Amino acid sequence: MSVIQVQNLNKSYNNLQALTEISFELYKGEIFGIIGPDGAGKSTLFNILATLLAPNSGYVSILGMDLNKDYKKIRKEIGYLPGTFSLYPDLTVLENLKFFAAMYQSGIKENLAMIMPIWRQLIPFKNRLAGKLSGGMKQKLALCCALVHKPHILLLDEPTTGVDPVSRREFWELLAQIKSYGISVLVSTPYMDEVTRCDRIALLEKGRFIVIDTPSQIIKDYEGKLYALKTDELFHLLELLDQYGENCSFYPYGEYLHISFYQDVGQAVDRFKNFLNQNQISYNSFQEITPILEDCFIELIKKSRDVYH
Amino acid sequence: MYTIEVQNLTKRFGSFTAVNNISFQVKKGEIFGFLGANGAGKTTAMKMMCGLLLPTSGSARIAGYDLKSESKQIKKEIGYMSQRFSLYDDLTIKENMMLFGTIYKVPKQELNERIEGHLTELNLMNHKDQLVSSIPLGWKQKLAFSTALLHRPKIVFLDEPTSGVDPIVRREFWSLIYKAAAQGVTIFITTHYMDEASYCERISIMAEGDLKLIGTPTDLKIRMGVNTIEELFTHFVNR
Repeated sequence: MSVIQVQNLNKSYNNLQALTEISFELYKGEIFGIIGPDGAGKSTLFNILATLLAPNSGYVSILGMDLNKDYKKIRKEIGYLPGTFSLYPDLTVLENLKFFAAMYQSGIKENLAMIMPIWRQLIPFKNRLAGKLSGGMKQKLALCCALVHKPHILLLDEPTTGVDPVSRREFWELLAQIKSYGISVLVSTPYMDEVTRCDRIALLEKGRFIVIDTPSQIIKDYEGKLYALKTDELFHLLELLDQYGENCSFYPYGEYLHISFYQDVGQAVDRFKNFLNQNQISYNSFQEITPILEDCFIELIKKSRDVYH
Repeated sequence: MYTIEVQNLTKRFGSFTAVNNISFQVKKGEIFGFLGANGAGKTTAMKMMCGLLLPTSGSARIAGYDLKSESKQIKKEIGYMSQRFSLYDDLTIKENMMLFGTIYKVPKQELNERIEGHLTELNLMNHKDQLVSSIPLGWKQKLAFSTALLHRPKIVFLDEPTSGVDPIVRREFWSLIYKAAAQGVTIFITTHYMDEASYCERISIMAEGDLKLIGTPTDLKIRMGVNTIEELFTHFVNR
C-alpha cells in the first residue's frame, strides 16, 4: 500500500528544468531515501510534496488525496522538516515544541511517548533558546516539532547535512524508531553512507531519478568487477592513470584505489599489474571486493552523464 | 619546516572554554585534517589561526608570523575557503578572480597571467564570462579553491569544502588539493566525510575544546586498535 504516489512530475523555474518526469511511490511504513548532490532538485521535490510549491505537470496523490485539490487536508497529515533551519531561534526549546503542537491543534501529552526517545535528550536544554543549540541538537528539536502531531508521513529534507558523524548516526537510529510507529518517512541526504539504512533509495541526478531500488538490489546490479588496491602512492598513481587507455574506471576511496574492470577481467587485471610494475608502483594489497553503494552511485552517475551530455 | 606552530592556545567565552590549551605543528606542504564533532571548537581554533579572533592565552606562529603582533601579515600569507560563502554569485568567473586577486594586491599583469593559468587548469577558459550563479556547485567549489590560491598563499584553510557535492566532484576536488600540496602549499582542512580523512597525511580529533589525538591515519588506527577512522572518531566523540 502506498501513501504517496508521484507520476511524471515536472517542475521548471524560468529556463531551469529542476525536475524531469519524476515517478515513484512511498509505501506505508518504509524509509525511502533520496540521495543527490546540492542542486539535483531534492528541495524542489520536498517543497512540492509538502504542498508549498505547485508542479508544472504530473500527478501527485498523498494518502489518497489529490495534491492540487486537497492540499489543506494533506498539510494536517504530514510532518515536514525543511532543508534550512526552520524553528524560532528566539523561542526556547519547550516554547518551540508547544508552538508547533498548537499550530497542528495537537496536545503534547498525547504523543509524548512517541517523541520521548528524542525529547529526553533535549530536556536538559528545554529552557535554552533554540538559536543557541548545537547543530545536532537543533535537528533533534526540529524532528520533535515535525512529529508532535503524529503525522502519517514525515518529509525530511537533508536533516543531517553539516552534522557530525556521531550525531548523524544517532539521528538515523531515531528514524528507525519512528518507523516502528508505522510512520512513513521520505528523507534526503548528500551522504552516501547513510542511505544503507533506507528500505529503498532513489538517486537524483540533475532532476531525474536514475535508479530506484533497494540497497541490496543496487549492489547486485553493479556491472563491473571491482578491485581495491592499497598503495602509499595513491595520488601519484592517479596522475599516471590519466594516460592508462584501458576500459576501466578508477577513483580513490579512503586509503584505497578502487578500479572497476568490465571485460575479460582476468586479463585486464594482469595488464593492470604490469602497468603498476612498469611504473614502479609498490602496493600492499590488490584484490576483488564487493562494491558498496557509493561505488554503485559513482558508476550510475557517470553513465547518466554519458547519456545526457 | 613548520608553517603552523600552535602552543597552548586557549579561547574562553565567559565561563565557557571553547578551545582548551591546544598545541600542534603542521609542516610545509602537509595535508592536515582537523576533525571533530559540531561544537568541539574547530571553528574557534581556525578563526584564531586566521587572525580573526584573539586567543585568551597561548601563542601561535602562522606562516612564520606571530599571531598576536603580526596578524596583518598572516592574512596576506593565507587563503581561506568555506562551503557556505566563497564566491559572488552576481559576478562572472573572471570577475570573481579579479576581485580576490586585487584585494590581495597581486600586480595586474601578473594577476591576468595567473587567472589564465588557473582557468586553463580547471578547463574553464571558455566559461570565464559566465555568471557564477549559473554554474554547477561542483565547478564553484573547484573555482573557489583555485581563487583562494591566486595570491600564492603559504597555507590554505578549507572549512568543509566538499559538503553537498557529488562523489565524483569530491574526488576531483581532492586531486586539486594534492596538486597544491605537492607545490608546497600547506592544506588545513575540516570535513565530515570520514573517507576523506584517510587522504590527509595527518589528522587530529577535537572534542569539547581538547585536542584528543594527532597522528597519521594509519598510526592512529593501530594505536587505538580500531579498523576505521569512523570508529576512531566515535570513540572520542561519544557522549
